[in-house]
Order: sequence, then structure tokens, then C-alpha cells
Amino acid sequence: MALVDLADRRAAAAAIFAGQSYWQVAWHRFRRHRLALVGGSAALLLSAVAILAPLIAPYDPESISLTTRWKAPTVTHPFGTDELGRDVLARAMYAGRISLAVGYVSAIGVAASGAVAGVVAGYYGGLIDSGIMRLVDILLSLPTIPLYLIMSALIPGGGVDRIILIFMIFGWTGVSRLVRGQVLSLKEQDYVEAARALGASQGRIMLRHLLPNAMAPIIVATTLAVGGFILAESGLSYLGLGIQPPTPSWGNMLQRAQEYVWNAAWLAVFPGVLIFVTVLSFNFLGDGLRDALDPRLKI
Amino acid sequence: MQRFLVRRVLQAGVVLAGLSVVLFSLLVYTPGDPVELLVQSEPDVRPEDVAALRKYYGLDDPVYIRYFKWLRTLAGGDLGYSRTYRVPVIQIMGQRLGNTLLLVGTSFLIAFAVGVAVGIYSAMRQYSAADYGFTIVSFIGLAMPNFWQGIVMILLFAVWIPLFPAGGMITPGVARGWPLIVDRLWHLVLPASVLATSGMAAWTRYMRSSMLEVIRQDYVRTARAKGLAERRVINRHALRNALLPIITLIALSIPAVLNGAVLTETVFSWPGMGLLLFQAILGHDFNVAMAVLLFLAVATVLFNLMADIAYSFVDPRIRYG
Repeated sequence: MALVDLADRRAAAAAIFAGQSYWQVAWHRFRRHRLALVGGSAALLLSAVAILAPLIAPYDPESISLTTRWKAPTVTHPFGTDELGRDVLARAMYAGRISLAVGYVSAIGVAASGAVAGVVAGYYGGLIDSGIMRLVDILLSLPTIPLYLIMSALIPGGGVDRIILIFMIFGWTGVSRLVRGQVLSLKEQDYVEAARALGASQGRIMLRHLLPNAMAPIIVATTLAVGGFILAESGLSYLGLGIQPPTPSWGNMLQRAQEYVWNAAWLAVFPGVLIFVTVLSFNFLGDGLRDALDPRLKI
Repeated sequence: MQRFLVRRVLQAGVVLAGLSVVLFSLLVYTPGDPVELLVQSEPDVRPEDVAALRKYYGLDDPVYIRYFKWLRTLAGGDLGYSRTYRVPVIQIMGQRLGNTLLLVGTSFLIAFAVGVAVGIYSAMRQYSAADYGFTIVSFIGLAMPNFWQGIVMILLFAVWIPLFPAGGMITPGVARGWPLIVDRLWHLVLPASVLATSGMAAWTRYMRSSMLEVIRQDYVRTARAKGLAERRVINRHALRNALLPIITLIALSIPAVLNGAVLTETVFSWPGMGLLLFQAILGHDFNVAMAVLLFLAVATVLFNLMADIAYSFVDPRIRYG
């Protein structure tokens, strides 16, 4: 173990001496993180399947067939069929499109708005800072699941857009806190002073000097947020307040699984395993990215 | 110290005030005010009576006046009236809160005890096979959707091996006294272990990293250099200090457990606040739903405040401006 560790450190040091950039060194560290590689590959594979679903799905996910209802998994239907005779594997592939899209779009949206709020709060300080941070305190004290449930009852519709909207309204707070913390220390650095002395505008300082240097926590938090939002979406859809059928999502495929547990257990197993594996992959990936980009980060 | 306390309490006050505004605006947007609901159930009401009622209840007042009226009734402990149960909301909440506390309390004790023990063990054997194993298990615990874990537990331990009930809190007709307590615990096993899973994983990771940080400190090296037995070094010198940050995390973790309880209670039909919230939303009983949200949010603010204050007492090295 110690030998590997030493070799690892030497290689990293050599990389720096070779004139490699921060990102190249981080990539080097990331490649040695086994769990992160596994997580990253799994996330890529799941995303690829979701994107290619229309091409590779064995059946039409919405075609109902009364002769093939309640079929346990076999070679022709690897995940079995549901109460309407629909192929569960095909539905799970299409559901992946929805669940992953909700995860990616919400996470990226939340990261962007949170980063802007965090940089502005940290850079300007004073009243702007306390205003934004008190708003963050208020939103963070609302318990997420009850809040999301009430919001979905208030906002009509059952599509992807509603869920993403709800996640975006309340989800930016975590990233903004992280970024603000980074910016508070970054803005005291000499290079920021230098940029100011050279006459750089405030917008330029925030965009070109502060934001890029706060990228590490943003990337890590975004990766972890993809999993977090997929988990939240699945919970909402399971309760019937998220994505509405017939559009499949992993969560709403489990909506009636509990009733069917007594005689069609496969319906309860596969969508859950997919949620679980997806979230696990993004968590491994996020963990590896943290270790590669900035091991001191506490996220 | 005193200045920090005052500032921290004031800050909590600001957050509570902001919360009340956010919650009131949500309430304003909930469909169906009391008079509309009355008209729905009594279509024969004359329009002039409706207008009189609206005036009487101040429903057409400007929003800010309604906000202050709402605050005043809230201060009097009045959370409104439930459409479904036809009793004051506070009455239902009282019954449900006890059930939730039983579930949340049990699962917290399991999660904390197991998590802290495993965390210490992992830290003592960093990078061993056991440490890797526990790390992976805790990742799994954090990634599993707790409603799905509930369904799987029902499948395993209620359907395939019928050891425990698939839901509910009580067997009808069970005698009072010991049989009732045993019956309650028997119903508690599955939901409490599901709710404990993510907590266990989180406590393991916190405790492991806290312990690893402490073990590297000079005073631990000194204790070892004095020739103390390893056991004594760990228990007396390392563990006590490693537990400091963990203790304040207890207060911070409670809101998350309450949050998780919503889905767990729904899966297991455990008649607590979470199930109450879910049923209220399905039945468009928004007074009840908002009351649960309000309760949980206020609890979160108070627990955060407690955590900060406790931390400043427990660890005098911390000095806030």
C-alpha cells in the first residue's frame, strides 16, 4: 500500500514538473481512483442506453398486450412484463431517459444559478451578501421532501418541466454556499488585486478570475446533485406526485409495485435496482472527482 | 461568547420571519379558500351571504393584512381546520407526532450506535479490507432510495419469509400492556431499520473521518509515547475528542431523519406526520399539509440553532466574530 502511495505521489510530482496543468494533474489522480472509474463508466453506460433507447429498446414501451400480462422474466422479456403486458425492460430504458434528464438538467441548472449567487454574494459582501445568505438559510430550513410534495400539488402538470422547475427554485442554495466560501478567500489573493489594478471590471474579475478558481467544488457538487435529484424525482414519482404515467420514470414504475409485491415481485425489483445503481455511480464519480480536484473539500 | 449567542439567536429570528413569509405565500396560492369550499359543499348559499362571509373572514383584505392576521392566529396555536378530519389541525398533529417520534427515535438510536461503532472500527484499520468493505456498504446505504428499500424489505421479510407485518402500527384487538408493547415493536422493526439505513451510512463516514483526524494529532502521539495501552489511548484520548463534532451533528441530522420519515411512513402505512402529509396532499387538505411543513421547518431552524450553541460550548476553541 505504502509503495503504491509513494509511486502515486512521485508520479503526481513528476507530472507537475513536466509542466502539466492543474487539470492534467487532476485527470492523472482521477485515473487512479478505482471506484470513480467504475462509477464514471457505469454513468456513461446508463446515459448511453438512455440516449439510444429508441434504437435499442426491444419493444415499444407503451404497447399494451393483453396476452402477455404478468410474465415473469424470461429470455424474450428479460425484466418481465407488467399488468398491461408492456415490456418492463423497454419501459425501464425509456424511463432512464426521463430520470437521467431530470437529474442532469436540474443539477446543471442549479449549479449555474448557485454559482452566480455565490460569486455575487462573496465578491460584493455587505448587504448583498447577508441578503442572499439569509435567503439561503430560509430555503435550507424547509424540509425538501414535504416541500417538493406541496409544490407539486400547487403547480399543475405532470411533466419533466414541472419537476425541474421545482428543483431549480429550491436547489441552488447548497452550491451558492460552497462558492461563496471559496470566493471569500479567493478575492483576497494577489492576482485579484493585480487584475483590479490593471483596471479589470467587476464582472470580468468575477467571471474570469473568481469563478474558474471555484470550479472544483462546483464540479463535485454538480456530480453529486445528479444522483440526489434522481433520488428525489423517484420518490416524488413513486408517490404519484412527480412524472405522470403513461410516461415512464423509474419512480412511477414503482408506484404500484407495492401492491404487486405479493405476486409479481420482478416489477418491484428492476426499476429500483436501476435508480440505486445510477445514484451509486454518480456518488462514486463525485467522490473520485473530489479526491482528484481538491481532497480538502468537505462536501 | 455572549455576543455570539445573541447574534446567532437574532439570526434564527430573521430566518423564522423569512420562513413565515415564504410559507404564507405558498398558503395564498393553495387552491380553495374556506368560503369557496363551503360553496362547493353547499351550492344553495346565496351570493350576498358568500360576500358577507368573505368580508367576515377578511378574505378580500390586502395580502399584507392577511399575513399579519395569519401570524396572530398562528401565535395563538391555531393552525386552522382540517377539511378531511373536520377537527382543528393541531389536534391531528398531536396524535401523529408521537408515532413519528417513536419511529424516528428508534431508527436514530440504531443508526447512531451502529454508525459510530463501525466508524471507529474503520478508522482504526484504515485501508484494511474491512475498512473498504464498510466504505462500500455505506455508499450503498446512501444511494438506496428508502421507499424502494422498504418495498424490498416487505418482499423479503413479509412476503417470502413472513416474519414481520407489511405495514401498519398495531394488530387490531391486541390486549393492552405487554402484548401491546411487543406488538408495537414488532411493527416497528422493518420501518425503523429502513429509516436507519442512510443514517447509519452517514454516521459511519462522519465518525471515521473525525477519528482519523484526531488520531493524527500530537496529543495522541504523546499518549502513545507515554506507553499507554492502545485501548486507553483510543478510548480516553482519541475517542473523546473525535466525538465532539459528532455530538453537534446529532442536532443537525434530525431534520434529515424527519424528511426521510415521509417516504418510509408512506410505504409502511405508519400513521405518523409523514403519512399525514401525504394523505393531506392527496385529499387537497392544504391546512394540514402546510402545518406539517411549518412544524418541520421550525424544528429545523431550532435544531440548527441548538447545534451551533452546543458546539460553541463543547469546543471552546471555536470563536465566532
